[in-house]
Amino acid sequence: MKIAVASGKGGTGKTTISTMLAYAADNSQYIDCDAEEPNGHIFLKPEIEKVIPFTLPVPEINTDICTFCEKCSNACVYKALVIVPQIKKVMFFDELCHSCGTCSYVCPVENALVEVDKEIGKIRIGKANHIAFVEGLLNIKEASATQLIVNLKNYVDNTKTVILDSPPGTSCTVVATLEDSDFVVLVTEPTPFGLSDLKLAVELVRNMNIPFGIVVNKHDDNVDLIEQYAKKENIEILYRLPFSEEFAKNYSKGILPFEEYKNDFKNILKTIEDRI
Amino acid sequence: MSKELVIISGKGGTGKTTLTSSFAYLMKDKIIVDADADAADMYILMKPDVKKKELFKGNMPARIDTEKCTKCDICKQLCRFDAISINDEGNYVVNEIKCDACDLCRIACPADAIEMVETISGEWYESETKYGIMVHAKLYPGAENSGNLVTMVKHRAHILSEEKNIPYILVDGSPGIGCPVISTISGADFVVIITEPTQSGLHDLERVKKLCDSFKVKTGVVVNKYDLNEEVSNKIKSFSEENGSVFLGVIPFDKSVSKAIVNEEIPYVACDSIKKPIDEIFNKAMESL
Repeated sequence: MKIAVASGKGGTGKTTISTMLAYAADNSQYIDCDAEEPNGHIFLKPEIEKVIPFTLPVPEINTDICTFCEKCSNACVYKALVIVPQIKKVMFFDELCHSCGTCSYVCPVENALVEVDKEIGKIRIGKANHIAFVEGLLNIKEASATQLIVNLKNYVDNTKTVILDSPPGTSCTVVATLEDSDFVVLVTEPTPFGLSDLKLAVELVRNMNIPFGIVVNKHDDNVDLIEQYAKKENIEILYRLPFSEEFAKNYSKGILPFEEYKNDFKNILKTIEDRI
Repeated sequence: MSKELVIISGKGGTGKTTLTSSFAYLMKDKIIVDADADAADMYILMKPDVKKKELFKGNMPARIDTEKCTKCDICKQLCRFDAISINDEGNYVVNEIKCDACDLCRIACPADAIEMVETISGEWYESETKYGIMVHAKLYPGAENSGNLVTMVKHRAHILSEEKNIPYILVDGSPGIGCPVISTISGADFVVIITEPTQSGLHDLERVKKLCDSFKVKTGVVVNKYDLNEEVSNKIKSFSEENGSVFLGVIPFDKSVSKAIVNEEIPYVACDSIKKPIDEIFNKAMESL
């Protein structure tokens, strides 16, 4: 069973809910797909056993045999290659490269343009007690974590309850995380910001045709906001985690009350199982 | 040239929009930009009156003409984004969400059966608000997280500021360190990073600060809800000072902030406890700009 935890809005408690779900399951794997800012390790405190560099191919041009025909630079839609034939100069802007392979495909001269591996991030694998831990970590200055997330999915262990901690938002990195999951938990908070972003997340998950439910975090007096929306849209609220200053204080130290909430989160997992 | 002040956070939900809306209230003569296109929330507090709406053309994904397609499989083998598959009817089809619009399949197709098609991936607006002109955008859910859209709304804000002789541009950014954030901070004159005194907040601050450094933009740091954990808050202060950021100040935790947001009011206006701290932060930021 693969459960993705997403939110639309950032800071609503995706990592809190993800790690608590992973803790409550008997045999689980936690995969941190928020490769731009992964935080699951702060609470699970895993022992990292392996760090695997994640690379993507980028072009390298041998100017001794390059004919400066400009076929590669003309074909590159991302404008990552610039050739100036007059002065026999090649410029490559790696931060614009999407590793699509078009330049090497169109190059007419053998070995003039070869692809070499460039590290764009790391995959960290380890264990946090009974939880198998996997994390994607994007290198700073890299623009897109999408391919890294796609690759993270190769580490999914289907014999386990897999929890995928998604990046915020509703764009391509989130799509890559949610794809092929059996269920999506949307974490929100009872504010107009939370609701506005929740609506976008619901639209995305509905487009992707994945069953989903809502967890309301920092549940307080403003309950109606999310409740009314969920009722109107006929979406199940799986759980309401009340706001507590003590909870927030412990969270700030990197501590979550895993044991205290274990049964509640076991029940959420049971509900999800029934819905799939 | 107008000066551009950007507010980002690394970690989501640390109070970017709370701070940006307060700055929007305090700052005279500016254009407001909401660059958090896939979770744009400034509109809730700014209540923009949309004057102009334009469609945003996204990238151009491939489309396969099944009449012309000979099912040679070349495109599927070449595609590095796993965007081409065979559907139930046995036809080759492109998944537009996965397609990166690199053009390789079109170039390689021996049957000339592929073309790249224009798509609309969002909208952007020019609006009037009580606090000045606002340029904002909305990316359709699932669309390519286009730094291009951010670049475009910022560009539009700069044009307007030139035309109308407006000295400042105030930008609300998105969380993370990826393409929209890179587009948001490039060209900025000063970046305010707002964080919270948690292990996660500190971890994410370190990463986003490094990103700003690599683009050589000046940064300032604000700790929101500092009294939740004064120890971590002090750590953040030392981290900022040791790493060449201006420490702009702290904002206390106050439950009435979320109440203000629920009432769709600017927290600075509605909550007395945060007024003085934000005044100081704002003045310091303007001095650094």
